[in-house]
Amino acid sequence: MIQVRELRKTFSVRVKAGRFRREKRVVTAVDGVSLSIERGEMVGYIGPNGAGKSTTLKMLTGVLTPSSGFIEVCGFTPVPQRTRLALRIGVVFGQRSQLWWDLPLRESFGLLRHVYRVPAADHEARLRRCRALLDLDSFMDTPVRQLSLGQRMRGELTAALLHGPEVLFLDEPTIGLDVVSKQAVRAFLGELGATGDVTLVLTTHDLADIERLCERLVVIDHGRVVHDGTIEALHSRYGSRRSLVADLERPLPADFSLPGAVVTSVEAGGHRVTFALESVAAGAAVAGLVAAVGVRDLSVLEPDIEDVVARLYTDS
Amino acid sequence: MSRIDARVLTISRIGPFRGSATTFGVLIRSGFRRYSTYRQATIAGSFTNIVFGFLRCYVLLAVAAGAVGQRPGGYDVEQLATYVWVGQGLLAVIGMWGWTELSDRIRTGDIAADLLRPVSPVTSYLAADLGRALHAMLTRFGPPLVAGAIFFPLHVPSRWQTVPLFAVSVILAVVICFACRYVVNATAYWLQDARGPMILWTLGSGVLGGLYFPLRLLPDWATVTLWLGTPLPSLLQAPLDVITERDGPAMQAGLVGVQAFWAVLTLSLTVLVQRRAERRLVVQGG
Repeated sequence: MIQVRELRKTFSVRVKAGRFRREKRVVTAVDGVSLSIERGEMVGYIGPNGAGKSTTLKMLTGVLTPSSGFIEVCGFTPVPQRTRLALRIGVVFGQRSQLWWDLPLRESFGLLRHVYRVPAADHEARLRRCRALLDLDSFMDTPVRQLSLGQRMRGELTAALLHGPEVLFLDEPTIGLDVVSKQAVRAFLGELGATGDVTLVLTTHDLADIERLCERLVVIDHGRVVHDGTIEALHSRYGSRRSLVADLERPLPADFSLPGAVVTSVEAGGHRVTFALESVAAGAAVAGLVAAVGVRDLSVLEPDIEDVVARLYTDS
Repeated sequence: MSRIDARVLTISRIGPFRGSATTFGVLIRSGFRRYSTYRQATIAGSFTNIVFGFLRCYVLLAVAAGAVGQRPGGYDVEQLATYVWVGQGLLAVIGMWGWTELSDRIRTGDIAADLLRPVSPVTSYLAADLGRALHAMLTRFGPPLVAGAIFFPLHVPSRWQTVPLFAVSVILAVVICFACRYVVNATAYWLQDARGPMILWTLGSGVLGGLYFPLRLLPDWATVTLWLGTPLPSLLQAPLDVITERDGPAMQAGLVGVQAFWAVLTLSLTVLVQRRAERRLVVQGG
């Protein structure tokens, strides 16, 4: 569905180099990205600020001309065939609006139907579905400029889907949303992805979006792909482990050791201990601990994706 | 979302031309709708047009009273009053000033949303502008004309072809004005901010378009040079000379012909500029 090989984008920036002199400096935003995305995949595309995420997305949608490299989306070359590609893709930019500021959603949607030339019956069916899933009915007749951010974002999602796109590009769709709106957007996208019809490419800084929605994670930094694979693969690559936090009956003896686990912290005068589980199952570790010192309370923590990604960003 | 097997490229049961015409029509209607939401602005604008109409009318009539044979630039008193009041009505229809939507969208990067539509930005902005002009024609053209007719003797067209020619002339003026404004706004693709070109445009279009004074007051060589060398007199001077019947029937039609030439030229320039801009476009912001 999406093929990208050795994609590169450079910008030239003029920098002050003296009282009147200005030097031209070349900034590389995307530096040799290669990707292949199949139909129905849900891909998270993440990276720190300025890594080149949005630039890649703009090139994939045909808004920005690449400096070099090969791109094909839905069988089209994005920039020269932009208007034809536009019929096949949907795009949501979290920080921009594609709706008409002065018009109510209902009219914006009607206008989009004509712009994309969607048959009335299909338009109706898709709109009905979005209205139900995204709960649009209470603000269909409010001008877009009066909508709250969460309401507007739900409108944007609908607008991007009304022409039945094969690929949906989402650039930070949950930015600035409250918890409830975020959940609504995620649930909606999850349902959309579950049908397997739509290919989804999502950039975000909220890793919970990725954990809920995307099996595949592409991490980009300084314009290069530094990871491409599942979230599990990322964890094992960076050796992130589950951890066991236990409140003990009595302080942990100094000579205590649990095979296959490492003590990572001791708090409350030895009463609270955290183990990193390296090569032991949580059950066995708990059993060993109960037998040795007695346990008042415990919890097993999954590895935190934010930590892994933070390490990835600072490493590269 | 189920796609209900509606890949858009395969669905056009209607022909491609009719499809485009429908889309264009709907975009015009949306332009109309967008402007019709600002009712207070419409009323305030009409009021301002009328106040300035009185000002301009009295100045020009004073000039006429002092001119040789009371016909400055070849207009009689009724024609001058008509020139002013129809001009005040057309001001909002042509929409010379105050349109910065495109340059704002380029500056903020929102232009990306326009580029992601299956319709070219020039087409969709032109349609929206025609809708805007239609709305202005229905709401802003009448009030100054009525005010003028109450307080001054106006020229009543004597030729059958004047009103249809005037209608064509106004449509062409709207198109030319749109194209000029589009190009001025599009300089933001290169400059990030189109304020400089915008100031030049505001000044140039007012002085050389025939708003501040009828260009016919200038020497003939200057008028002809401006008319044939720039699109500016085609904005306001041309439709006003058509409706006041300042010239003979052949010249009257000729003015509209010159407008048609400029409409084609400026629209082509718009398309060219947009295409060049897209190749070097930098979409601002993340």
